[in-house]
Amino acid sequence: MTLKIPVVRDILEANERLAEDNRRVFRQAGILVINLMSGPGAGKTSLLERTIDALRHEIRIGVIEGDIQSSYDAERIAKKGVQVVQLNTGGACHLDGNMIKSSLDALDLDTLDLLVVENVGNLVCPAEFNVGEDMKAMILSVPEGDDKPLKYPLMFQESRVLLINKIDLLPYVDCDVGKIRERALQLNANLEIFEISCRTGEGLDGWAEWLRQQVSARKAGGDGAET
Amino acid sequence: MHEMSIAQSVLDIILQESRNHQVTRVLSVALKVGELSAVETESLRFCFELLTKGTPAEGAQLDIERVQVTCRCQDCGSNFTVRELVFSCPACQGVRVKMLSGRELSVESFEAE
Repeated sequence: MTLKIPVVRDILEANERLAEDNRRVFRQAGILVINLMSGPGAGKTSLLERTIDALRHEIRIGVIEGDIQSSYDAERIAKKGVQVVQLNTGGACHLDGNMIKSSLDALDLDTLDLLVVENVGNLVCPAEFNVGEDMKAMILSVPEGDDKPLKYPLMFQESRVLLINKIDLLPYVDCDVGKIRERALQLNANLEIFEISCRTGEGLDGWAEWLRQQVSARKAGGDGAET
Repeated sequence: MHEMSIAQSVLDIILQESRNHQVTRVLSVALKVGELSAVETESLRFCFELLTKGTPAEGAQLDIERVQVTCRCQDCGSNFTVRELVFSCPACQGVRVKMLSGRELSVESFEAE
């Protein structure tokens, strides 16, 4: 006999549970956690290097580096003298709650104010998997083109912050920053947008100041994080 | 390409529910997938077929219902369907909107014997 069995379960429920476990741990430690996402080569690690340089004397920063292979990025970050853990996903296109959970033992959370999870370079999959973060931040670099919000809407919709990187290259590429802004804000009217160049340093002061405010909001207690 | 992990989660849920309901063979599985979910349905079918080999769900068909993106305007209260990824209210042009549907990724039911 054929039975129809109702289920109604979220497919990602197992990941959501783990992300929630992580979130509790982070809240308890009073840490602001940012899930940093972008396509490959948009400048995630460069942004981290710049951010650490700008804030290291006032904010204690830790980094979880997610890559399919290699520890190249973690070595770059370790040179800055901050706590860093390298996660290799071994082929998987995104980090999930379980991977983050397993990496937490390697970090001394009580000595951190800000933890940045640098996700695998990919504009699609990481947006679907929470890892226990307070907010998602994404980078789009101008050589990637101003059509990206139209092609990868979920990431723009899920993010709290959009960093438009490599603006020093604008004279050489066909990319209209106004169009990126307009298209991104149509998807997500609450998106905080910064135009930056990790190469020249342009625009990074605004980002650092915003981040400073977010970290103090978290320190001041409550869910903080939002301005 | 995270369809493999999605397919694995679907299979985990179905096998667990099969044990709970003491059924031994899964014939079909009904899923809801929001239009905004980053899931490629053909790829999901392919991964599901691979993963179910040798399990009670081998050969089971995936019935995938795509769910439109709909929102409610927080300013004027009207509900609307999002077309061409514009999340502003067509009635009042407001941008304070709450998404009602479009992010679904769920196992709704399955048929088994």
